[in-house]
Amino acid sequence: MEKFLYLFRGSENNAHDMRDNNLSPEEMQAQMQKWMTWMKALGEKGILVGGEPLQVTGKQVSGTKKVVTDGPFIEAKEIVGGYLIVNAKDINEAVEISKGCPVLEVDGKIEVRPIQSMEM
Amino acid sequence: MSSEKNNDVHKIVDHLFRHEAGKMVSVLTRIFGFKNIEQAEDVVQDTILKALEVWKFGKVPDNPQAWLYHAAKNKAIDVLRRQQLKYKIDSDISYLLKSEYTLAPALNEMFTENEIKDSQLRMMFACCNASFTQEVQITLMLKTLCGLSVKEIGKAFLSNEETIQKRIYRTREKIREENITLDYSGADAMTQRTDAVLKTLYLLFNEGYHSSHPEKLIREDLCEEAMRLCLLLIENPKTNLPQTNALLALMCYHVSRFGARLDDKGLIILLKDQDRNQWNKFLIEKGNEYLSYSAVGNVVHDFHLEASIASIYANANSYENTNWKLILGMYDNLLSRTNNPMVAINRAVVLGEAEGYNKAITELEKLKGATENCYYNTSLAEMYMKVGDKETAKKLFGKALELTSSNAEIELIRRKIKSCS
Repeated sequence: MEKFLYLFRGSENNAHDMRDNNLSPEEMQAQMQKWMTWMKALGEKGILVGGEPLQVTGKQVSGTKKVVTDGPFIEAKEIVGGYLIVNAKDINEAVEISKGCPVLEVDGKIEVRPIQSMEM
Repeated sequence: MSSEKNNDVHKIVDHLFRHEAGKMVSVLTRIFGFKNIEQAEDVVQDTILKALEVWKFGKVPDNPQAWLYHAAKNKAIDVLRRQQLKYKIDSDISYLLKSEYTLAPALNEMFTENEIKDSQLRMMFACCNASFTQEVQITLMLKTLCGLSVKEIGKAFLSNEETIQKRIYRTREKIREENITLDYSGADAMTQRTDAVLKTLYLLFNEGYHSSHPEKLIREDLCEEAMRLCLLLIENPKTNLPQTNALLALMCYHVSRFGARLDDKGLIILLKDQDRNQWNKFLIEKGNEYLSYSAVGNVVHDFHLEASIASIYANANSYENTNWKLILGMYDNLLSRTNNPMVAINRAVVLGEAEGYNKAITELEKLKGATENCYYNTSLAEMYMKVGDKETAKKLFGKALELTSSNAEIELIRRKIKSCS
């Protein structure tokens, strides 16, 4: 088994700036219920290792001068909103598992990255 | 987060987001002022979105409601500071928002249970402002108090989103231009204006109960929302009037039959053919309870009569054993107070059961103004069926068929026509 990182970019409400296309509270609850079901299944199958949501704000520290800036200032739909770590046989399986994620139903994006093993 | 913890993720309460959205919009609009309702709605949208993004990772907080309120308060404080909105606000607590000393405590206070209910009441009265049309009143209620989106309201009214969006936009303009506020002036005025609010809730309920909307869920949602708001009026002594209880009783009786109104294929089952075991006993009991609370004072409201009629139906053990004479008396009274053709049609049908179908036919044929009503034609046709005149019945059912666009009704009438030949 190898470990993989899922990075979720953007939010369920990519259309947030077009206010009329917002998900309604009821739709957001339905969306959340789907996530719960999906996460629960991952947990039961021993796939899920862990994961957390991220706040949209933060700081960037850079270079030898350790310059601290507010950030990340990138487009809302590119911001990483959270991550999960999962167990999978290989990248193909990790990709297959990610296809069940409800974020895709609202046109979200998942980046699947193999976690580099430290073992020789 | 361990995977075991993830296993006991619980399902959150049905409609939690929708109902909490309604409460938070009411509270924040009270803080920001009615004319800034858009900002209030934006804060709520952001709050719920944040909940989705955090909770979906498997950790619903132990007290979801408190979590939402905490997030909403923080966002509201941000908005007040950042946009200097606090200087432009014209609400009953605006003076508390201007200083940092009182800002956060004032918001905390607004999110306590009693203040939330008070804000919802203020919002309910504001939505029923006399300068709004009935249509606008219902739309506003659904949007602000019930947390429905423009799309969902459009669906509920079988109308398109654009129409609803325009209606809301124009209403917001009106609120700003005419400086309509959320403040109600004193308890007396509130009691007087309760009737206007009840009327709107009654219409909202009817939209769900009588509409020919193809989606059962949407109809039930509208009824549930109307009941929820009515209950809120009952919880406040100033609006807990006899007629408020009568209206809630009426709603309980009607909703008690939801499970028995349609068959597996979604076709309508008429009252006399319904399986009474499927009627919701709990709601009938609740109806009886509220009806008994409504029986105080010396004013008889239309809702008293309507609820009493519904009560006799709901408590009868069969169609045949229904006390038709008693219902007829109620209808006579109701008819003397209104010239609503639906009341006249219903009364005539009851007259048929109480005193003979020929009498009903005579009465119905006097109602010249109702002949283009689908229900009028089906009712008259039923009466002709009862007296054995299948030919006339068939003609009337045929006419009724042209007057409805509801698939469930069309199917029902077709079956009736078949049984005429």
